[in-house]
Amino acid sequence: MSAHAKDHGDGPHIVPMRVYFSVIACLFVLTAITVAAGFLSLGAMNTPVALAIAIFKASLVVLFFMHVKYNTPLMWVFAGAGFFWLIILFALTMQDYVSRGWDDMGVPFLIQ
Amino acid sequence: MSSDASHPALRHYYDDMHQQHESATMGMWAFLAQEIMFFGGLFAGYTVYRFKYFNAFVTGSNLLPIEWGGLNTAILIASSFTVAMAVRCAQQGLHKAIFNWFLATMVLGLAFLGVKSIEYSHKYHDHLIPGLNFTWDGPMAGPMKIFFSFYFVMTGMHALHMIIGIGLMIWLMPKIRAGKFGPEYYSPIENFGLYWHFVDIVWIFLFPLLYLIGRHLQ
Repeated sequence: MSAHAKDHGDGPHIVPMRVYFSVIACLFVLTAITVAAGFLSLGAMNTPVALAIAIFKASLVVLFFMHVKYNTPLMWVFAGAGFFWLIILFALTMQDYVSRGWDDMGVPFLIQ
Repeated sequence: MSSDASHPALRHYYDDMHQQHESATMGMWAFLAQEIMFFGGLFAGYTVYRFKYFNAFVTGSNLLPIEWGGLNTAILIASSFTVAMAVRCAQQGLHKAIFNWFLATMVLGLAFLGVKSIEYSHKYHDHLIPGLNFTWDGPMAGPMKIFFSFYFVMTGMHALHMIIGIGLMIWLMPKIRAGKFGPEYYSPIENFGLYWHFVDIVWIFLFPLLYLIGRHLQ
């Protein structure tokens, strides 16, 4: 990808059609899987499975449809910054809520 | 691209079209980071209240029609593909094809909004719209109201983004017709694509979190 970025005499990098077809096929299959998994009783794993599939689908969109895979390292930083911030938001918010002794949060959910 | 310096779309403060394109892409990602923060706040709020009112969120989730939600997921994924095709055609300078892929994207976007409006009208009919006609006779009336508030704010902000996206396409389509975009200059098409893909990603998370989670518990 960086080799392409340095060499900008050839015009835009055109991603082969088979990549787009593979990504769209994966997205449809993963949607079907996530719906099916939603009806299965996986105990505490239902939410993590649904989120893992969603994160995988989002990664496919970001890397291939949004061309981040083929972009410069600078663009990786810009694209990654927002998602990294999201991790901070969730980690710090939830460590606060689930660790509050005076609230009933967290415990019922974790047992569920 | 040595002839770039004379491209009509080149702004005077850039050296060449490549530098201009890279700056445009970077700026778009900075905008999308802001969008992640905007939707991130909504998702964080949803998470906190889901932990707190777990049972109400399960009950609420099961009141959402999974077939409409699933259909909309498929429509939106397909529209991400059509917009990716539009960008690819712009990179190759296929003006007619960019226009047609935009048209397909617009049709899919409108189909999504059509399904969404059917769902909203059912919610109106069932008196489940907080602030408008919310009535819940069973237990957990307060937490149920919170769930549907999150549902309407999150899907509503998402739908607003789609309406803006359709507006952007209407704005871009005459320019596509006029042949303004090609391999040297396609930043507006690519940045629109980034915007549309982002809106798709938001839905990729909204669908399981609103429609699916708790489905196995009912």
